[in-house]
Amino acid sequence: MSFGTYKEVMALKAKDGKIGGVAQDGGVVTTLLCYALEKGVIDGALVAGKSETPWMPKPTIATTKEEIIAAAGTKYTISPVVSTIKDAAREYGLEKIAVVGTPCQIYAVQKMRLYGVGARHIPDKVAMTVGIFCTENFSYAGLRTVIEDHCKVPIESVTKMEIGKGKFWVKGAKDVSIPIKETHKYEQDGCHVCSDLTAEFADISTGSIGTPDGWSTTFARSTRGKDLLSKAIADGLFEKKSMDEFKSAPDAKIKSGLDLLGNLEKGKKDKAKKHFDERKALGLFVTPEILY
Amino acid sequence: MGIMDSLRSMFGGKPKAAPEVKPEAKPVPKAPEVKAPEVKKEVAPKKEEVKVTKPKVAYVHLSGCTGCLVSLADTYEKLLDILGAVDMVYNLTLADARTLPEGKVDIAIVEGGVCLQDEESVHLIKETREKAGLVVAYGGCSATGNVLNFSRGGQWNQPQHESFVPINRLIKVDAYIPGCPPAPEVIYNFCIAAVTGDTEYLKPFMANEAGGYHCGCDLNTRVIENSLCMGCGTCAASCPTRAIEMVYGRPSFNNIRCIKCGACSFACPRTFLPVNKIKTLLV
Ligand SMILES: Cc1cc2nc3c(=O)[nH]c(=O)nc-3n(C[C@H](O)[C@H](O)[C@H](O)COP(=O)(O)OP(=O)(O)OC[C@H]3O[C@@H](n4cnc5c(N)ncnc54)[C@H](O)[C@@H]3O)c2cc1C
Ligand code: SF4
Ligand code: SF4
Ligand code: SF4
Repeated sequence: MSFGTYKEVMALKAKDGKIGGVAQDGGVVTTLLCYALEKGVIDGALVAGKSETPWMPKPTIATTKEEIIAAAGTKYTISPVVSTIKDAAREYGLEKIAVVGTPCQIYAVQKMRLYGVGARHIPDKVAMTVGIFCTENFSYAGLRTVIEDHCKVPIESVTKMEIGKGKFWVKGAKDVSIPIKETHKYEQDGCHVCSDLTAEFADISTGSIGTPDGWSTTFARSTRGKDLLSKAIADGLFEKKSMDEFKSAPDAKIKSGLDLLGNLEKGKKDKAKKHFDERKALGLFVTPEILY
Repeated sequence: MGIMDSLRSMFGGKPKAAPEVKPEAKPVPKAPEVKAPEVKKEVAPKKEEVKVTKPKVAYVHLSGCTGCLVSLADTYEKLLDILGAVDMVYNLTLADARTLPEGKVDIAIVEGGVCLQDEESVHLIKETREKAGLVVAYGGCSATGNVLNFSRGGQWNQPQHESFVPINRLIKVDAYIPGCPPAPEVIYNFCIAAVTGDTEYLKPFMANEAGGYHCGCDLNTRVIENSLCMGCGTCAASCPTRAIEMVYGRPSFNNIRCIKCGACSFACPRTFLPVNKIKTLLV
């Protein structure tokens, strides 16, 4: 297991019940964004807000706590967050932008900071990147098919979706789960060459794998990420535990904690390599350096 | 090897035996060319022998709008770093020299495309290639043709001025910086990488795909068609004309708005992903 470079890894759970009630896992993303906004570390955040279509995220420039909280929770379909970054700087006049995104979106932003030929005066305005773990994503039609045809519930009745323990869960009027295997064919194909599970290029990255329900596994990677996290923890926003508390037993068949995360990370990297080679063999172009 | 030589060999040319430019005594920070002190000699080593050659740079203006030069100036105080690191020998907008200097220059930065019906322009780009160690196609017009692709002639008072091409149609180009105009930050990074010999950073600019005709269609032919798009939306943000809209997680581009600048496909993280460079941001 490698998990990219990081300074610290920990298990966190937001204490604020208001956030805990709407957040996907430990509420790390939403709590940190609200805190950073309050402290002036950022003056806005790019998040996946709600749209008129049920469970179709809308890339949103949030400049208030209310807007950040309204965007909490995972939408398992594509939300092109980077598309709003220039508007955030130009129309909204933001100087210190936080970007929340899947690993691929984080590396898109980081590339933009270095090679943004069409991103005049954007690089120095990216104040924070918060990455969320990601195994795969779905097109909207794919997600809808999974929910309506496989789980057999209307998409608008769903209040939460989750992937975990080998299952895809939908909660709401009726709670249903189906084996994750059934969803594989609806994954977006661009995900199959992706070798980043833990948002290795973000200032802070967080996800559910490795910790129990209601908690988040969280990496502080850069100095600015660690600073923000440490201050938020010192100000009492989180319950914090060491990842060692979730260690798998030495002879355990089913892994837990970082062992589990490491296993899944390896699985993702191996799968990416396999697809990379297959595509090469087909004569397709594959992004150089996407395997690292 | 001096900086210019290593750049030249990296850009595919042969390193030259004797550098044209006289070494200057003044050390420039980050210059990699520090002579290793000779360990065995008893004599105290000479006072820090740093050999730095400031590259001679010519800024060549063809059919362009000067926006690229303005973008260079838009690096604000960092412009001084850039100008301090080079010896600007020709730049019609900023200095008096009327013609390209006699003899060689190290780098020619070319803004604008070439009008084939304008003899003077054709001559200038040829002369630029002959004289310059490295030619950089700077900005959409020079690198990809950009808005010049729409020229059709028929306008007073040179109605025959009709065909405009990116410079790689007439000469060999060593590096391309697309964008209309390229962001000042990219220009700054490029210049600093060039004078410090940071070949890793420069690599994507030297790839041939960065130059020649470009269009929003590239997202289709290079990314979506290869099953690589994952819907990040970077292309849409990079487009200077808002020709790209994200629809159901994929770029949908408006051909009538697209000015063929090449920014979107260059910016897309699935055309190239500079992993090692990104790692340096995470400090
Ligand atoms: C497509 C997808 C796949 C994921 N796969 C995994 C996984 O395999 N393992 C794992 O541990 N975690 C995964 N996650 C992350 C996990 O679901 C939570 O987002 C994460 O744990 C953060 O929880 P939180 O309580 O801190 O976030 P919250 O406080 O609930 O905030 C979530 C944030 O995520 C943003 N967001 C929601 N949907 C999207 C989206 N589609 N694209 C971009 N940003 C979005 C919201 O804007 C919000 O700011 C995935 C997330 C997504 C979007
Ligand atoms: S699997 Fe990779 S490419 Fe797909 S959404 Fe997640 S981070 Fe992006
Ligand atoms: S779609 Fe936009 S960014 Fe892409 S080439 Fe056309 S104008 Fe340039
Ligand atoms: S920039 Fe992102 S959305 Fe646009 S083509 Fe590339 S991967 Fe797809």
